[in-house]
Amino acid sequence: MSAVLAPSSAASAVAVTRPDASPRKPRRVLPGFGLSLGVTIAYLSLLVLIPLSAVFLKSSTLGIDAFWSAVTSPRVLASYRLSFGMSLLAALLNSVFGLLLAWSLVRYSFPGRKLVDALIDLPFALPTAVAGIALTALYAKNGWLGSLLEPLGVKVAFTPLGVLVALTFIGLPFVVRTVQPVLEDLDTELEEAAASLGAHRWQTVRHVVLPILTPALLTGFALAFARAVGEYGSVIFIAGNLPMVSEITPLMIITKLEQYDYAGATAIAAVMLVISFVLLLGINGLQAWSARSRGVGAGTKR
Amino acid sequence: MSGAAASLAAPKVFGNAHRFESNPATREVPWVRWTILSLGLAFFALFLVLPLVAVFTEALRKGFGVYFAALLEPDALSALKLTLIAAAIAVPLNLVFGVFAAWAVAKFDFRGKQLLVTLIDLPFSVSPVVAGLIYVLMFGAQGWFGPWLSEHDLKIVFAVPGIVLATVFVTFPFVARELIPLMEAQGREEEEAAAVLGASGWQTFWHVTLPNVKWGLLYGVILCNARAMGEFGAVSVVSGHIRGLTNTLPLHVEILYNEYQFAAAFAVASLLALLALVTLGLKTFVEWRQAQAHALHND
Repeated sequence: MSAVLAPSSAASAVAVTRPDASPRKPRRVLPGFGLSLGVTIAYLSLLVLIPLSAVFLKSSTLGIDAFWSAVTSPRVLASYRLSFGMSLLAALLNSVFGLLLAWSLVRYSFPGRKLVDALIDLPFALPTAVAGIALTALYAKNGWLGSLLEPLGVKVAFTPLGVLVALTFIGLPFVVRTVQPVLEDLDTELEEAAASLGAHRWQTVRHVVLPILTPALLTGFALAFARAVGEYGSVIFIAGNLPMVSEITPLMIITKLEQYDYAGATAIAAVMLVISFVLLLGINGLQAWSARSRGVGAGTKR
Repeated sequence: MSGAAASLAAPKVFGNAHRFESNPATREVPWVRWTILSLGLAFFALFLVLPLVAVFTEALRKGFGVYFAALLEPDALSALKLTLIAAAIAVPLNLVFGVFAAWAVAKFDFRGKQLLVTLIDLPFSVSPVVAGLIYVLMFGAQGWFGPWLSEHDLKIVFAVPGIVLATVFVTFPFVARELIPLMEAQGREEEEAAAVLGASGWQTFWHVTLPNVKWGLLYGVILCNARAMGEFGAVSVVSGHIRGLTNTLPLHVEILYNEYQFAAAFAVASLLALLALVTLGLKTFVEWRQAQAHALHND
């Protein structure tokens, strides 16, 4: 993913062909190619690829029928609905408010702007368990926010709404941090041109600025969604974890493990892994699109 | 993936907003501006500031005596020790890996490079629970190596090595994904010049590459460390929750919380929240230094 964001340096000279050497075998000037690639691939295989393949190998020993009934039992299906539904809602909330926040940070000066900018990344830095108990304390019946919402008949802690709150918290930085740099890079000339041609401010934003932001906004949405689907630590404290009501999919894996149902746990994990792979590919594509359109949107400013 | 939002490769221009506000073509009418600003900041306060304040308020609710007692209790201290051990192993390992990976990807061209970069990012998109599960499948009693391990009286899962492995997994990409774009952007000319002038590979890296990427390296290490010390889901699956033995600080928070020792749970949590704030402070500092270095470079 990261390579997409960086300018390609493929054009720089890599290999110099010696006239006396065979023309098909370029000689590399820099040392350490074999060593560094070897270490990288060995470490990656040992720690990530082989252990991850264990999930698929273990689920393949189950047999199709057992696998299917493990991943489609009613309780597991309810957990998919909750996990995906709430992740989608949380990512949507983050898209709307993340855009407003990014806009405020880039375009408006207000006291404490630098502090707000630094704190946006808090969900990346704060351990998820800490976020989980803090949100639960806030939204519980006697908490600061819970005690305000309770008289209105809104229960957040220990309901699916609590899941939404936790997933919104952990997804917050993604949209802000993908939209913010695009807004910073945006050439003011585009808006000046639109204004001089008689467009209202809203028309300019709607037809000039938002289309340029769309790829970044979608990338941020997808990143927040992907993170939310797999999230565990911040959710389990506030969710209440009622079967069929407020159990997220990662919790189902833990529950099966605690019942020593390793095969069942692995089957659900395989489903989640496939979904992660699909999301990762989608996000890669979105980032490539975002990088391309950013090249168009950004002017000659720098 | 969490790193996608934070990278030094494209230095952050946190320019002043004045250039937008002074330009009639790029500013909104006051009421629109105030609506956007207050909605954005209200969301920020509700979802980020309030939970942070709640951690410290709840931690000190029963006074400083209870607060410090919770931090100095033997189980808390051994959890702190294990957290430090796990980070002390995982961070250097992933740092060395990150440097090797970035060197291979940024300084050479080879087939399948894009695939390799995607695979390095993979641990970010795997649920922490699945990250823990894979090591149970490998090293647990019923796992691939389970029988062999128990024959030799070795324990990985439900013991310290499992916690270290899970921590290494979840922090795997941090340094690599910070260094790769940065070293790609630096190009290869400087290293090639050093090599042509007779510098050894190690000299080239130490005197040419490292000074160029030191802030990016530090940035990756800071983020890697924060995640290593704060990981919960993956570590929870492989830990077995043995008090005083396989508990890290985040797991200790959970145990205290589930035992209704709220003040103690929040006291330990406040320690982790402080770590998060220090991380954000360092991160902001490094971004500032990098922007300065970048500005100097461009002058």
